[in-house]
Amino acid sequence: MKKWILSGFCMLFLIFLSACSNNEPSSSDSTNEKDSEKTEKSEISITFRTGGGTNQGLINWLNDTVIPKFNEEHPDVTVNLVPLEVSEGDYFAKVSLLLQSEDSAPDIVTEDTFMVNSDASAGYLEPLDDRIEAWEGWGEITDTVKKGVTAEDGSIYGVPYNTDTRGLWYNKELLKEAGITIPWEPANWEDVLNAAIAVKETFGDEVVPLWMNSGKATGEATSMQTFEMLLYGTDDPLYDFDEEKWIVKSDGLLSAFQFIDNVYESELGPNLSQVLNGQGSSIAYQELMPNNKLAIGLDGMWQTGNWHENGPAPWPEFEETLGYAAMPTENGQEPGSTSMSGGWALSIPAKSDNKDMAWAFIKMASTPEMNLDLQLNDRNITPFQSASEDSAYQELPFFEEATSFVETTNFRPAVDKYPNVSTVIQTLVEQVVTDAITPEQAVEQYQKQVTDIVGADKTIER
Amino acid sequence: MNSSSRTLTIRSIFFLLPSWFLLLIFFIGPILLTFYFSFTNLALTGAQAQQMQFVGFDNFVTMFQDANFRISVVKTILFLLLSAIIGQQLLGFLLAFLMKEKNTTFRRIIGIIVIAGWVTPEIVVAFCWVAFLNDNGTLNAIIHALGMDGVTWLYTFPLISVCIANIWHGTAFSMLVFQASLDDVPKSIEEAAKMDGASKLQILFRLIVPIVKGSIVTNMILVTLQTLGVFTLIYAMTGGGPGTATQTLPIFMYNQAFVNYQLGYGTAISLVLLLIGVVASLFYIRSMKVQV
Repeated sequence: MKKWILSGFCMLFLIFLSACSNNEPSSSDSTNEKDSEKTEKSEISITFRTGGGTNQGLINWLNDTVIPKFNEEHPDVTVNLVPLEVSEGDYFAKVSLLLQSEDSAPDIVTEDTFMVNSDASAGYLEPLDDRIEAWEGWGEITDTVKKGVTAEDGSIYGVPYNTDTRGLWYNKELLKEAGITIPWEPANWEDVLNAAIAVKETFGDEVVPLWMNSGKATGEATSMQTFEMLLYGTDDPLYDFDEEKWIVKSDGLLSAFQFIDNVYESELGPNLSQVLNGQGSSIAYQELMPNNKLAIGLDGMWQTGNWHENGPAPWPEFEETLGYAAMPTENGQEPGSTSMSGGWALSIPAKSDNKDMAWAFIKMASTPEMNLDLQLNDRNITPFQSASEDSAYQELPFFEEATSFVETTNFRPAVDKYPNVSTVIQTLVEQVVTDAITPEQAVEQYQKQVTDIVGADKTIER
Repeated sequence: MNSSSRTLTIRSIFFLLPSWFLLLIFFIGPILLTFYFSFTNLALTGAQAQQMQFVGFDNFVTMFQDANFRISVVKTILFLLLSAIIGQQLLGFLLAFLMKEKNTTFRRIIGIIVIAGWVTPEIVVAFCWVAFLNDNGTLNAIIHALGMDGVTWLYTFPLISVCIANIWHGTAFSMLVFQASLDDVPKSIEEAAKMDGASKLQILFRLIVPIVKGSIVTNMILVTLQTLGVFTLIYAMTGGGPGTATQTLPIFMYNQAFVNYQLGYGTAISLVLLLIGVVASLFYIRSMKVQV
């Protein structure tokens, strides 16, 4: 019996040992390992967000233009696209998780510029200063856009590939039928509401008068396309750069929440089941607008990317049917209109195992010619001065309007805590829209929650 | 202790070592780590992702001052009461009771239908119910066919919708537990009671319920713990919205940890969730005066 126990124990011990062992390669394996290391090194992966037609322009550009060109110079290198099929709100959390580990970090990641500072402070991104210094292409990029990829520590963490502006898309035919003069040039917020009211009176439930992203599920789009487009049209921004403090109480905050509340109280907005949805933006610009079911939409210029022949919802008549008006300031005060600009950049994760090849890829993709090709697909504003002078680019529909909004545009505060404040905004906007709280309560909660996040010494009241 | 029994003890400890080792790494370790993180300001991004600091009870103080946390506690309790205690427990018992002593074919058919809900994965259950209750879903299609206006179920009655889905999903578990324990009730006692002139309700409440009391408590604890942890179903059906209408504690925790990037705060919320589970279990055991 004892023998049995002893031999059983030995077996167990052996199993345990083999399970814990490191699988050290024997000498004959080492050549194989070197080979596999070589193959590993000749692969780079790119992570970006997709789903519901998102970034189709970027994908087409990568597949049809950049990767073939890159492979001409580096035939041994395989470029893997690793898209994340998630809602906008989830993308940044997923990216943060991916970048934490060497096993999951891609070699290139597309970063929304509002996350660059925060991800850089977390140590997720590789500073590119030395590489950029040795690269003549950097001088081609306009200076304002460079700010978006420069973190608080003064280092650069990405190469921008687009920027954008936001305004009011409107359906000329619907507005004309509702008795509004075309071209529509609203002078203040009241004009916007009145136009929506006129549409409602003319078409009833057939047409959604005014679409603004309003839920947590649409993430940053709710903060930027809706709340900040309103807030920056008042006299109070989010952040006071002179004092380096967050403005946690102001008339502007109340006005912005009140406007949103007004739209839904007066039933000028879409059905809540449509707008409080991760797919909200696709519903508005791929389903409703091309079918003449949406009169006005407060959103970015990239939405035209939906409607061209290779887009997810081709709509040949969009150029004649639509107009793009500047978002007015609250009471029409100086400078009369407002916009927000952001943009995306190609960054290298700190834990990428193939940084040199990734940089070679980014350099090659970031030339005026390559970027022009991207904008013709993706329909955003190019950060390259010389590309913006190209006639094909200037002839893009609504390019002229969208670029004119740059004159009065604003940028999000590029400080560490912005992403956290942004999620507070998204939650409060959704709560106002669903009548869980009043605009006054939203302002109170904004003050409390933002103070909790940034600390009382970093806040001021106006 | 004589020498042979001491050898046996030492030997058994020796054999148990690997499992202790595994438990420590994969079970106790993460729990202790969670406990530790809940006292820090660890974040998913930003400077605190790299250099977290020990913040004492700050996370808990913030939590109890947070109106959204209070809303989440209320929603969690409502969800628990409606879907677990009233829904799954009562319905499960009722089904088991009605099926008692029915013929096998009948029991089998009803059993298969109910168990279908149980074997369906949570995420599939969520999609089935979204497909059914959606604006353009099956239920509204039926309502339209009857010539009436559809209702935006998931937005007008979000909490009720997720409760119904959870009841549909979980009732089979309670039913199976009760079926097994009801079969153990001796027929002779029931017959004796009937001879003495007891009504059906009297037999149920004064005879059967006291006998199966132990199963009721066990089931109540299991169902409560399961329901406290429901995340996928609610997240896929409503995302915790609209507003805060279905924001139970797991959803609130996820939002704080992965949407607001506050991992430390998120883990503190998960500890509170754990505590609620423990308190609820103790409460059931005490109130039913059973020994588990």
